[in-house]
Amino acid sequence: MRSTDSKELAKRIRRHALRMVHAAKASHIGSCLSAADILAVLYAKVLRIDPARPDWPDRDRFIFSKGHAAAALYAVLAEQGFFPLEWLDSYCRDGSPLLGHATATVPGVDLSTGSLGHGLPVACGMALAARRKRLPQRVFCLMSDGECDEGSVWEAALFAPHHNLDNLVTIVDHNKLQGFGDVKDVLELEPLVAKWQAFRWSVREIDGHDVPALEQTLSAAPFEPGRPSMIVAHTIKGKGVSYMENRLAWHYKMPDAAQLQQALGEVECPT
Amino acid sequence: MRTAFIEALCELAARDPRVWLVTGDLGFSVLERFAERFPERFLNAGVAEQNMTGVAAGLALSDCVVFTYSIANFPTLRCLEQIRNDVCYHRANVKIVAVGGGFTYASSGYTHHGLEDLSVLSSLPEMTVVAPGDPHEARLATRAITERKGPCYLRLGKAGEPVVHAAPPAFELGRAICVRQGDDATLISTGGMLKAAVDAHQELLAQGIRARVLSMHTVKPLDASAILEAAAETGAIVTLEEHNVHGGLGSAVADVLALAGAGIPFGKIAAPDRFWHTAGSQAHFRGLAGNPAEMVVRLLKNRLSLPAARPREKKGLAA
Repeated sequence: MRSTDSKELAKRIRRHALRMVHAAKASHIGSCLSAADILAVLYAKVLRIDPARPDWPDRDRFIFSKGHAAAALYAVLAEQGFFPLEWLDSYCRDGSPLLGHATATVPGVDLSTGSLGHGLPVACGMALAARRKRLPQRVFCLMSDGECDEGSVWEAALFAPHHNLDNLVTIVDHNKLQGFGDVKDVLELEPLVAKWQAFRWSVREIDGHDVPALEQTLSAAPFEPGRPSMIVAHTIKGKGVSYMENRLAWHYKMPDAAQLQQALGEVECPT
Repeated sequence: MRTAFIEALCELAARDPRVWLVTGDLGFSVLERFAERFPERFLNAGVAEQNMTGVAAGLALSDCVVFTYSIANFPTLRCLEQIRNDVCYHRANVKIVAVGGGFTYASSGYTHHGLEDLSVLSSLPEMTVVAPGDPHEARLATRAITERKGPCYLRLGKAGEPVVHAAPPAFELGRAICVRQGDDATLISTGGMLKAAVDAHQELLAQGIRARVLSMHTVKPLDASAILEAAAETGAIVTLEEHNVHGGLGSAVADVLALAGAGIPFGKIAAPDRFWHTAGSQAHFRGLAGNPAEMVVRLLKNRLSLPAARPREKKGLAA
């Protein structure tokens, strides 16, 4: 049964992702937690999809371009019934269908990602196909902020408004941390909103953990007819777990058993 | 070849509404005939090959058959990871077309020499790699890759290549075409080197050597049985390609021969593994790769000087 309760779904995403990353000794839990609320709102309220028919041709497409946070994507897909919840226990194990980066052989995953800067061009192609064929589907794309270092992102940034792709909605999960540290120290993106505006996108800036704001904004797209929509979502890497929040180390580390218990308590889903 | 390609593509697009053409802002005076007839299925993505290839994958994942088009290395190496991840990993129906393969744009300099594409693209799972030998083959290859589901790479010359086949040959992806019969040696060419192979055949005939000529238009999947048959029946092989000596047709043929234990005299006409810092025509650079007829003569002479090897040549190699 597909949940329409964004807040409850976000909690579950966090709980699953923490357990998966702990069990698999995997990385990127901070990235999963920063995207959890965005994913929850998309899958609870926004995307026109049918878990019973993951390949339904008229579905909205969702391109999860920050594929390294796959645990969170798999969690929301399992919660919404695309595949059994038990699969989550196999994340990254030998022979598991759930690989460490988002993989399109998993029901509900529209594109395999993991190398940054690939999602937005593909999303543009899907949006253009829908536009030229006069089909109703929309394409949503979630990127990380570090991903905006990639030149291919800006090639696509030029492309989408040129082709008036107002059926394309892109979200940047702007948690301000990337591989080696603060985005501003590695490769400054500011003024990020002004950049997208200058590229002729219709841009909104929101708190990426404010569920009602996410619901309202994501449901309002397209913001302007004829223009692609960009949501710069200010987020906190590691959101919901006190010792992970804004800490670069949790791009790499996995919680041990005691840390996991504390984290699960903090995200209000005790075992 | 370019003309044969665009004519064939227009015919295909008229029949199949899934066919799209996406260019990286190249093909001026060539692609207009498609753009004018099928504006809804034509796209100039601008000088942005990574995005072009990602967009093509997105279109293909939306049930389109998408041809990307640019010259030399721009639609291949510039956006290689998009081809690897977005196209091949998803088995997306994207057909990558590069004009100016090999030394077509010789005088433009190394940036415009397409010398690594066959090797690099052959190493990608799901990818079919095709380099037609003349305009007939280019037309037939365009049709064949449209029918084949999944990623394909089509390497073309540009315009004005000689027509080698007297009439359109029987064409099947993965099946070499025997262009000239012969039992003394075999010349296996890919791409525009077919003409050089046929010329070498003629040159060798004058010396009493009958060399078979195979057009290996499909580099992947390779026609291993035609190669082993040639090894068994002719006993010596020379490959011809406008490509770096490493990893292209010659390497692929050598793989087949080595894995089958076919220790026959073998030579490669290919581009030396080095940069050139002087200008030159296509013929000039081809000349630097060696003379195929001379190579055949040398191999046959060496073979005669190796008596121990001789008895095995014609009998021992079960194809």
